Amino acid sequence: MIRIRIYYAKTEPMRYTGNLDINKVLERALRRADLPLAYSQGFHPQPRMNQACPLPLGMTSTAEILDCWLEEDLSLEEINNRLQPALPPGIEVESILSVDLQEPKVQTLVDSTEYTATLLDEIPAEELSARIQNILSADTLPRERRGKKYDLRPLIENMVMLAPDENDRQRFLMKLAARQGATGRADEVLDALNIQPGAARLVRTRIYLLNPVTAQPQE
Amino acid sequence: MFNHLEINNKLERILINVERPGRYTGGELNEVLKSWEDTQTHVALVFPEIYDIGLSNLGITVLYDLLNKRNDVWAQRAYLPWVDMEAALRRANIPLYALESKRPLSEFDIIGISLPYETLYTNALNMLDLAQIPIFSASRDESHPLVIAGGHAAYNPEPMADFIDAFAIGEGEEVICDIVNVFQAWKERAEPRDNLLKDLSGIPGVYVPSLYQPVYLSDGRIAEYKPLFPQAPHQVTKRIVAELPPPPTHLIVPSIDIVHNRVAVEIMRGCTRGCRFCHAGMVNRPVRERPIEQVISAIEESLKHTGYEEIALLSLSSSDYTNILELVEKVSERFNSQHLKTSLPSLRIESFSIDLMELLRDSRSGGFTLAPEAASEKMRNIINKPIATQQLLETVRAIYSRGWTTIKLYFMIGHPSETLEDVQAIADLCKAVLEEGRKAIGRKAKLHAGVSTFVPKPHTPFQWVSGDTMEEIRVKQDLLRKQLRAPGLKLNWSDPRDTMLEAVLTRGDRRVGAAIYGAWKNGAKFDAWREFFNYDTWLAAFEHAGIDPAFYTHRQRDLDEVFPWDHIHIGVSKSFLLKDYQWSLQGKLRPDCRDHCYACGILSTFAESRKNTPAESWKCPEVA
Repeated sequence: MIRIRIYYAKTEPMRYTGNLDINKVLERALRRADLPLAYSQGFHPQPRMNQACPLPLGMTSTAEILDCWLEEDLSLEEINNRLQPALPPGIEVESILSVDLQEPKVQTLVDSTEYTATLLDEIPAEELSARIQNILSADTLPRERRGKKYDLRPLIENMVMLAPDENDRQRFLMKLAARQGATGRADEVLDALNIQPGAARLVRTRIYLLNPVTAQPQE
Repeated sequence: MFNHLEINNKLERILINVERPGRYTGGELNEVLKSWEDTQTHVALVFPEIYDIGLSNLGITVLYDLLNKRNDVWAQRAYLPWVDMEAALRRANIPLYALESKRPLSEFDIIGISLPYETLYTNALNMLDLAQIPIFSASRDESHPLVIAGGHAAYNPEPMADFIDAFAIGEGEEVICDIVNVFQAWKERAEPRDNLLKDLSGIPGVYVPSLYQPVYLSDGRIAEYKPLFPQAPHQVTKRIVAELPPPPTHLIVPSIDIVHNRVAVEIMRGCTRGCRFCHAGMVNRPVRERPIEQVISAIEESLKHTGYEEIALLSLSSSDYTNILELVEKVSERFNSQHLKTSLPSLRIESFSIDLMELLRDSRSGGFTLAPEAASEKMRNIINKPIATQQLLETVRAIYSRGWTTIKLYFMIGHPSETLEDVQAIADLCKAVLEEGRKAIGRKAKLHAGVSTFVPKPHTPFQWVSGDTMEEIRVKQDLLRKQLRAPGLKLNWSDPRDTMLEAVLTRGDRRVGAAIYGAWKNGAKFDAWREFFNYDTWLAAFEHAGIDPAFYTHRQRDLDEVFPWDHIHIGVSKSFLLKDYQWSLQGKLRPDCRDHCYACGILSTFAESRKNTPAESWKCPEVA
């Protein structure tokens, strides 16, 4: 049995596919690729696959991470060759690494995540910049989500203005904590910036793992 | 009206705020994309239900595959949006669009609506309205798409006659291409729309309702459907394919979870059992089977193209497939090791069915389903579904002791001549079945009894009979509810109001169309959904349209009555159906016609097809 880590992009055609469904989408791609997925033991065996960090519905991503286990000891090149033609529209595999079987679950390694927001409504750069500065300079950002009070501020690790896109739409980047029990949500940050849901396009651009060096490309 | 680029832009703002937006985006694996400008004819295939239900529809899947094989045609799909998306589309004035190109349906040449059952009628109207296409056929002109419909409900097209330009009666594989050809020729000639409709009526299997005038007797019954155009055929005979073509294998794989995620292969079409209540059994004759090798290779190909984890072998009666054991053995041999689950519906009540199910991986995780339909010998003879109670009990005993804890039994109440004793027999039989389970595996044994209510259907031996009234149904259901209260026993029944609506629509005539329109106008849609079905809206619509539902539901027809669907010929003759009805009144059984031909009319209607088809392709026996 081998364990591999797949870095993939989730693009426009899969934007409205939620995290559970993405699991199924990936499972089917692996089946079409004729890659022998390992299954869990027990009464209802499930394919052994783990995603690093669920991506909320409506977002695309250039930096998703999937760990999965294969029954057969295939080379990364062979895996890539089989997988590429089997991918559905909306999933693009960037790279595949080999991971030690003993390595902790990838979900537990996630430290933070990074998003790029593109604003669909016109907003002056100074105005947006001021709103971002406001948030960054605040000591606390008390919020409530699903009836639970929490402080958003410590979950925001950084926010930076980016150059506008080709349609001159304002963009910014945010880096949010994504540790167990301390996860910042991009839509909550947008709300704190007074941006309506649906008025910003969000792309996840990076998942930071705590211990990324243990995943080595196979020689 | 917006173009497809504007629609795409507008959608971005809307989709994030609706439930399950993946229903509305298209872009799935195996979707067919072509160039709009470079394709001559654009067909939108519509299933008037939500995506979750419509995507896996086999009829649409087959037509999509066939049409897109033509270079001059681009077939795209549309489903009905759920209520939140409908509201958002209407608010933003976005017309209903096809998933592939995001083009409004109104820009298409042909809209083909699938109508497998009657509770989709209001959805079909709502779909046209959302597409900003006039609902009435008579209000449409050359600038609008041609609106056609097909499917099981279309065997009685009259209730929807005011809204649909042309119906494709029977199997769609060949007729859809004929329709496209006639459409292309008409467009080339740039003639008025009336000419198109007349041309279409010349295609075998196509019924153009506007070319017929219903004539009524003074008591409201039908005198005739008078052709208004000399070339319009007096009777439209359904189309069949002489041999089933290989099934589609490039199935669209949804990017979101839907109701049926699976490779579905139709192993056989038609049924020779002759259950007298069964519409599908009468309209889908003759029986044609796909060869085992074709089924296996279709599964293999489909799995390669989809990556699905489930296989369904579809037919009206799996046990009747000639080499079912060999087929199931091959399927299990090939696919069991790949973590694939296989379903095999409609098995006969005999221990051999258990042998079949045991060959399939994981089959014990669901219940074991059997459909005795009736519990007394008298009723079994009336409906022509004979099964000895003793054999049923032996079979369920074996099912429980061979590892299944749940058995599902399907029954129907409301068949002609049924008394409360016959209903009591259903309760007694359920108790006896559960008792067998108790004896075999103790308290673990469970029984789910699904008791639906019979609706007399057109083109069946029971098309003459009166359906039960709401009160009669309630008394029967009360009896079952009172009797079938035991731990481990679950009873499901159908809402009598659903039954009443289905009963009016299924044997309705052209006048019923006014009520369908009225009900839709007053908000009726998703009539198959508990949370939306509003019986009072329908009652008001019937009243407003001057229709007495009882005329359609509770009236015993005279033996020589002209039915609203008599000008549609299913290949089985009316005289055969009548004789079978009379046999039912005498409690006389009609054995399976695989062994002996009872001259239902199929062979004479399709004599030409039969002659040109290898003998083994049809399961009709040789006739001297």
